[in-house]
Amino acid sequence: MARLKEIEKKVITCYHCGEACEEELIEFDDKAFCCNGCKMVYEILDENDLCNYYDLQNSPGISLKNRDFEEKFAFLDNKEIKDKLLNYTSESLSKIVFHVPSIHCSSCIWLLEHLDTLREGIITSRVNFVRKEVSIDFNPQEISLKTVVELLATVGYEPEINLQNATETKTKSENRRLYLQIGIAGFAFLNIMMLSFPEYLGFEGLDQDIQRFISYVNIVLSLPVVFFSSSNYFVSAYKGLAQRYINIDVPIALGISALFGRSLYEIVTYSGAGYLDSLSGLVFFLLIGKWFQSKTYESLSFERDYKSYFPLAVSKINGDEKEVVQVMELVEGDLIEVRNREVIPADAILMSADAAIDYSFVTGEAEAIQKKNGDRVYAGGRQVGHPIRLQIIKEVSQSYLTQLWNSDTFQQQSKYENLIDNISKYFTFGVLLIASVTGVYWYLVDPGNILNSVTAVLIVACPCALSLATPFTLGNAMTILGRHKLYLKNTGVLEQLWKITLIVFDKTGTLTKGTSGNVHFHGILTQKDKNLISATAAGSTHPLSRMITAETIASVNIKAGLFEEHEGLGLKGVVDGHTVLLGSEKWVTGTNDEVPGNTTTVHLSIDGEVKGYYTFGNVYRQEIEETITELSQYRLAVLSGDNESERANLARFFPDGSDMAFKQKPEDKLAFIKSQQEDGNKVVMFGDGLNDAGALKQADVGIAVTEDISAFTPASDAILFGGNFHHMGKYLKFAKATKKIIIASFAISFIYNFVGLSFAVSANLTPLFAAVLMPLSSITVVAFATFVVRWIAYKQGL
Amino acid sequence: MSVIIVLIIIGGLVATGFLVAFLWAVRSGQYDDTVSPSVRMLFDDKKPEKKKKNKKKSQS
Repeated sequence: MARLKEIEKKVITCYHCGEACEEELIEFDDKAFCCNGCKMVYEILDENDLCNYYDLQNSPGISLKNRDFEEKFAFLDNKEIKDKLLNYTSESLSKIVFHVPSIHCSSCIWLLEHLDTLREGIITSRVNFVRKEVSIDFNPQEISLKTVVELLATVGYEPEINLQNATETKTKSENRRLYLQIGIAGFAFLNIMMLSFPEYLGFEGLDQDIQRFISYVNIVLSLPVVFFSSSNYFVSAYKGLAQRYINIDVPIALGISALFGRSLYEIVTYSGAGYLDSLSGLVFFLLIGKWFQSKTYESLSFERDYKSYFPLAVSKINGDEKEVVQVMELVEGDLIEVRNREVIPADAILMSADAAIDYSFVTGEAEAIQKKNGDRVYAGGRQVGHPIRLQIIKEVSQSYLTQLWNSDTFQQQSKYENLIDNISKYFTFGVLLIASVTGVYWYLVDPGNILNSVTAVLIVACPCALSLATPFTLGNAMTILGRHKLYLKNTGVLEQLWKITLIVFDKTGTLTKGTSGNVHFHGILTQKDKNLISATAAGSTHPLSRMITAETIASVNIKAGLFEEHEGLGLKGVVDGHTVLLGSEKWVTGTNDEVPGNTTTVHLSIDGEVKGYYTFGNVYRQEIEETITELSQYRLAVLSGDNESERANLARFFPDGSDMAFKQKPEDKLAFIKSQQEDGNKVVMFGDGLNDAGALKQADVGIAVTEDISAFTPASDAILFGGNFHHMGKYLKFAKATKKIIIASFAISFIYNFVGLSFAVSANLTPLFAAVLMPLSSITVVAFATFVVRWIAYKQGL
Repeated sequence: MSVIIVLIIIGGLVATGFLVAFLWAVRSGQYDDTVSPSVRMLFDDKKPEKKKKNKKKSQS
């Protein structure tokens, strides 16, 4: 038995992409390939001696099934578009950066950096793996931009070229600036500490001049720390104050100023060595915390709107000529042509006889919708099959789908108060209060100590440890969740998750799996029937036919002798002398009785005998019931764009009292979330398609569920890999636990502050004590936060 | 004791040299992508010449 299983498991996988060769098996050069595309890439690489690609990693390629792009990139010959995309161009050199989502392994880097051996005219190419980008320099006289893109697409690395990246400007400098700030602060910190060693060890015998010299060197070293490395804190504190808002940067800026001012004073008046070591150490640690918090998933985009889904250009028809125009320039009445697998950019009227439009991205529905001449076609769908002509009736930005982005939700900057800013209000007032009480006390007792003690209070109360607690706790938590394929936009999302009360789900593509349908045949089929069906359905590219082909396993490989596809009706195939009809009930039986329920059906007859029909049900994600039960401590709701056919199924595992709404338009979903928020709910929205985009944006936390992390997802706060949806209960519990960890870290840093303050108010704070206390408190808090977060994650099985 | 001042100055110059090297590294983008260089250095540039000729023949 075990042996048998082993044999069954040994599926032949494609040498190039590693997928199982299910539909066809092509043997070439003693290697197996799953499709012609993969074989072609192998041939290209083999010819050019680039088979090293396969040595670095097994089956590194990207499947090329269902890819064809005859004229897909024709728009890249348009000069305006070219100018927008190219970073630099001259007679003999053009530079461009592409975002290539399919980069995933070292072989990818290798191949993409050897493009110059593949084609003349490419000068160099370089991969940025973290950002999934390739920068290519090429000679425009030898090779056109279009050819470059086609070459990339041929080897399986189709770049993402769309409206959004054409309009986006790159901001790389932000991170570099932080690195520079950290480097300089660290440099100053260590050097000042080293120079202060005689001071720490109490070398009284040191020459006065030397001591003074060292102090002035310290000032020079600390200048870039104060004016460059910590500039962000001053700017942020000022901005906050200008808006009458006290953020955590206010006490930090106060502390830095007090440290620097007091040190300058002491050094100039020869009264002491100052606290410049504490100052630069403080800034250094703060910046490390900031860097830790800013580590985000650079290769993922959380800001995508419809622009990154829509094409850059379409072919417009002017009389007999075709012209490539930018999508944004389309106006009402324009006639355009949309080819197979291209996206319809704007609402339009179908001018061709018929069309099959796949709205899977918009609604999550896998089957294509049939349209007839004169029908209205909404933007966002993809044409499947022959090219169609459309007359635009609404501009791109005014279309059914895109006008969602004109709503207020997309204009306002989401602003929420985080925990640390909340605390900092009280913290700052507390510090100022203690400082003034100390000042008054010493004024009465010993006026000589006023300056000394007041500045000491400001110095020691500087919330270094406090402001490190949040970044390290949340940063670690974010990394752990990322390892489990829940990618958060930033650490603020975790804070939002603490407060949630209501979870809203989209149905198709979120609760159910997006593409693979549950195909079920009602009737009896013999193996011979299956062979006939498989041969017939294999001829069609219609999504339903594909699902049937995938489901029906043929024992022999036969080809249909005669094959006809009637759009909107069905298929007719003659196989081995048997006539097979597959399709709508009208096509197969000639009658039109309604099948119970609202499900999609495909009927079948062989040699005129009606055999039964296929149904395509929704497939729920694994462990959906357990997941929902786990989440039912929150209020739940389902918003579906579909009809009510699944209501009964959903009601089975959703707790009573959950809201369920069907036939929801994108705006309806947005409005529902808005109204819930007005009732005081904090909402998490799970969605996948463009039609959820408004709701995802409006929700306090919008989570986009996707089967392919590098594929398009609408703007959201987090991206979740669909296969890990059933862990969501665990993730939320973990997110909530981080709040307690932060509060515990706060407690620790308050203890340090308290100890420091007691020294400060009594005017006993020495530079050495400050230089030890401040790093020590920071390190304790960082170590505590990191350790506890990881320990809790481990305990919860993450 | 003034030798200490000279030493401090020399030490400072050496340290500044490293700081400048770091600043240059950041500015030239060496910290922008920390993954691909680690992979890139392992690539061989071997060219299996023989195979190429054989292939060309068998295909034509």
